[in-house]
Amino acid sequence: MENHYYNAEDLGKFGAVSEWQKTMGDKFFAWYSEVFKEGALSAKEKSLIALAVAHAVQCPYCIDAYSSDAFEKGWSEEQMMEAVHVAAAIRGGASLVHGVQMMNKVKEIAM
Amino acid sequence: MKSLQAMHHLLAEAGHQIEVLEHQGELPMFRDKLQVVGLFPLLPVSAEIFQVNIGKMCNQTCRHCHVDAAPDRKEIMTRETMQLCLDVLKNNPSFTTVDVTGGAPEMNPDFRWFVEEIKKLNKHIIVRCNLTIILANKRFHDLPHFFKKHEVEVVSSLPFYTQDRTDRQRGNGVFEHSIQALQMLNAVGYGTAGSGLLLNLVYNPAGAFLPPSQAALEKEYKAELLKRYNIFFNNLYVITNMPISRYLDYLLVSGNYEKYMDKLVNAFNVAAAKNVMCRNTISVSWDGFLYDCDFNQMLDLKVSCSHSQHLSSFDAKAMNQRSIVVNQHCYGCTAGAGSSCGGAVAK
Repeated sequence: MENHYYNAEDLGKFGAVSEWQKTMGDKFFAWYSEVFKEGALSAKEKSLIALAVAHAVQCPYCIDAYSSDAFEKGWSEEQMMEAVHVAAAIRGGASLVHGVQMMNKVKEIAM
Repeated sequence: MKSLQAMHHLLAEAGHQIEVLEHQGELPMFRDKLQVVGLFPLLPVSAEIFQVNIGKMCNQTCRHCHVDAAPDRKEIMTRETMQLCLDVLKNNPSFTTVDVTGGAPEMNPDFRWFVEEIKKLNKHIIVRCNLTIILANKRFHDLPHFFKKHEVEVVSSLPFYTQDRTDRQRGNGVFEHSIQALQMLNAVGYGTAGSGLLLNLVYNPAGAFLPPSQAALEKEYKAELLKRYNIFFNNLYVITNMPISRYLDYLLVSGNYEKYMDKLVNAFNVAAAKNVMCRNTISVSWDGFLYDCDFNQMLDLKVSCSHSQHLSSFDAKAMNQRSIVVNQHCYGCTAGAGSSCGGAVAK
């Protein structure tokens, strides 16, 4: 096996995290499963949110899982890419909005 | 696009498909999976649905087709064989539904005669209509009226409510013609409340993945088709693509075969296995041979009772006591919520 920090097949072993902490692991997977059920938001809508968040947190496992899941649930390639742009815009905006903090600080100390 | 048969493709041979299914990858045998849950040998529960494939000729060449149907296919059921079907139906009242499929069954020159004769036997009739056939030629334009006259339940594939996904799977222009055909069916009353005329749609994944929830997708289809095209229908059936024929070819060529089979195996569901359609169905080929389902038919896996493998020697008692023939493709019907010609079979 090639030695990488991330291996695609590890996604299928996610459940194994419960082996070393069963109580917490079981609670996590039960909660996770509940989160993605049909609710006030549809399972399809939740899948697109998950796809965007996966890109925001840059988790390759989540991107793999939710690219498939979102497409399987009927989102088009164009819609999925727009969701990634939303994630990117929030990430970019999150950096840029701190520019206000920088401006505040500089104004505070500048003559 | 031509059929695999016209291209002399190896996968046009049923034996080669079985070879791939049994030996490619390291998957547990389906019969062992059934054994573990106490369902092997798989036995019929009743003989209710008589599914007849009246020909492999079709005006479309869909990329996922397990029949390898296409305009170049010439296998067509003769009126003599149809008469054998009618004889079996007459002598076996347990068959309450006749499910007519193909190819495009309407292209068989004796299609209308066959429907009329089945109707005389007071059976419920399902026709698997690909929709575009209604617009393919003037002589088919009155099909909605013909279906209405004989109270035929129409079941039609529409892989998605958008053009892109539909045309990717079924060919350029199919979506547009399908929408027109659905509007023609609606115009005579199909799919509308109180008409009693059933119009059911079928979703197949346009790729190497399993279908989503049938209930959620049906809700979405109904809202979108109404909003975009003012189309009504009764039920949506989600059907898993079977690793057979052209879809098997797609899986192998795209490098998705092993992952797809893993998905099917990992999603094995006992509840779906208990309700598989072969337990209440008999499938008849264009030349009158008998199979447990349309998929077994395409793999040339005839029913196990050797003296009752053709309409001409139909033995109801032996058929009811037979063991259903299973192989690796059967994982397609037991994955997730299951899959049948009537959609999902488990909650």
